[in-house]
Amino acid sequence: MLAFTLRRALQAIGVMFAVGIIAFSMFRFAGDPVNQIVSIDTPAAEREAVRKSLGLDDPVPVQFVRYFGNAAQFKFGVSYQFRQPVSALLMERMPATLELAICATVFAMVLGILMGVYSALRRDTLLAKLFQAVSLIGISLPTFLIGILLIYLFAVTLGWLPSFGRGEVVKLGWWTTGLLTLSGLKALIMPSITLGLFQMTLIMRLVRAEMLEVLRTDYIRFARARGLTTRAIHFGHALKNTLIPVITMAGLQFGSVIAFSIITETVFQWPGMGILFVQAVQNVDIPIMAAYLLMVSLIFVTINLVVDILYTVVDPRLRSTIGRAA
Amino acid sequence: MTEPILSVRNLQVEFASRRGTLRAIDGISFDIAKGEVLGVVGESGAGKSVTGLAVIGLIDPPGRIAGGEIRLAGLRIDNLPPEEMRRIRGKRIGMIFQDPLTSLNPLYRVGDQIIETIRTHLNLSETAARRRAIDLLAEVGIPAPEKRIDGYPHEFSGGMRQRVVIALAICAEPELIIADEPTTALDVSVQAQIISLIKRLGRDHGTAVMLVTHDMGVIAETSDRVAVMYAGRVAEIGPVQDVVRNPLHPYAKGLMGAIPTLAGDDKRLVQIPGSMPRLSAIPRGCSFNPRCAFAFDRCRVERPEPLPRGAQSVACHLYDNVPAESAA
Repeated sequence: MLAFTLRRALQAIGVMFAVGIIAFSMFRFAGDPVNQIVSIDTPAAEREAVRKSLGLDDPVPVQFVRYFGNAAQFKFGVSYQFRQPVSALLMERMPATLELAICATVFAMVLGILMGVYSALRRDTLLAKLFQAVSLIGISLPTFLIGILLIYLFAVTLGWLPSFGRGEVVKLGWWTTGLLTLSGLKALIMPSITLGLFQMTLIMRLVRAEMLEVLRTDYIRFARARGLTTRAIHFGHALKNTLIPVITMAGLQFGSVIAFSIITETVFQWPGMGILFVQAVQNVDIPIMAAYLLMVSLIFVTINLVVDILYTVVDPRLRSTIGRAA
Repeated sequence: MTEPILSVRNLQVEFASRRGTLRAIDGISFDIAKGEVLGVVGESGAGKSVTGLAVIGLIDPPGRIAGGEIRLAGLRIDNLPPEEMRRIRGKRIGMIFQDPLTSLNPLYRVGDQIIETIRTHLNLSETAARRRAIDLLAEVGIPAPEKRIDGYPHEFSGGMRQRVVIALAICAEPELIIADEPTTALDVSVQAQIISLIKRLGRDHGTAVMLVTHDMGVIAETSDRVAVMYAGRVAEIGPVQDVVRNPLHPYAKGLMGAIPTLAGDDKRLVQIPGSMPRLSAIPRGCSFNPRCAFAFDRCRVERPEPLPRGAQSVACHLYDNVPAESAA
């Protein structure tokens, strides 16, 4: 088990190293970084001074090692447009994005699993068919459109919910949260739905398909032959077996939720990392883009690692095969 | 004779399909007495497993019991509401399925599955149920049961898993066990152990057993009586020695002729020509007539009804109008 975890952690470090190379090379592909820092009429001598002071005249491998070393300590350099350390900018924005992503995922998991189980067990009811139809809409409608439709309905027409921003936030150390104020909670509703709808429909369809699959298995038939109650069979035996692929998908999707929150954050002017990234793209703010890339991949890699470990918690078969392999 | 544990009368099971209704079981009748083992043989698709599922009430849509009745110790059970039938399943009728590798839920400990079943049917505390589970595992021959009870199914071999499945089937002391090809998925060396286990349990607890298999060897070794099924009907039923030594129905004769002997004569095994009809194309009259060497005109028009022949009963026109004495 420990060997397994360590091996997976080493693989994760390998992936991060590869991403680091890509992030680093972004600085070169986008042209001479010095040009982006100085103005057009800066004399050449001054350019060289800047180049030297930033260490840009060192050989590329040296620069890379330095960049990666700094990145490992969460130092991503200084933003071109804000003239502030990138890590400070990201830290300031991270709580907003994480809160949004977590709310969206919880929304997607809870509703997705409930709807999926219902539509698998009561396949022929009207409600189950309605869920199927809704899930098609959720899968095919683009996020920004859902966001705009929600804003039009609940913010513009009905005026129930704010159309943009995070509402009032409370500071808890360096973390800012909107969960403790009414306006913060209200502001969270529409972005969470917008961001989570796609995941919810995905989870719902997956749960439904898996559940139907599991209900056909021999051990479910045997459980029925043993006279267990329908409730115990459906929610004890079937659901637990259904949840393995669901955990994987929800886990992996959490990375996408954070990565794709860019669109939702833009639509709702949510002050998170996504918006920071969009602004960075518009202003060719390479340090922010590179740092964002690194961070999103770090999140993906971490989630993968956690999901792999969670598997072994849920599925005893993996526990022993891993134990034997190790 | 006292009232049989299981009494099936004229049972019919149908499956609705896109191309019309298929009749998987077409009017079968049989009894199983207390402590008796009834073997049910036949080719794949003869309706053996469906019969077992019908008795325990697990025929799923689009299948349904279309006619006849099933009585468990006198109580009619084929038309019980689902909740009452559930209480009978596992408590009064235990079932063992073919594949022990897939019969157990892989995510639950073996003990938890047994305890869950015990506590569903018997009013026992968690600790009492656990003690009973350990006793059951010991009874079905699992070594060190107090340790193995906390194992997961994948930690058991196929034969051991089938023992666990049997423990699950008998955990509430059922009056009837339906064993649906309990040894087919197992190693030959393990088969004998499982068969003798089922036999011993049936004897010790006075449990009636319905043993579904296509293995005549298993039947000959285990059963008291045997029912030969063909295309959803019982072709012949009777005490196992009689049916094996002196089969009456041409199909049963063919089946017995297809058993290799150890006597050493290297005659070719007799083969029944053709194959069993599909459910959608069961011939008129006797369903066996296209493959039967003795078929005559009546067989192609009229369906034979079971005729008593000594201790046996046979559904064949050959035995109609023939005095019983000359039949043997």
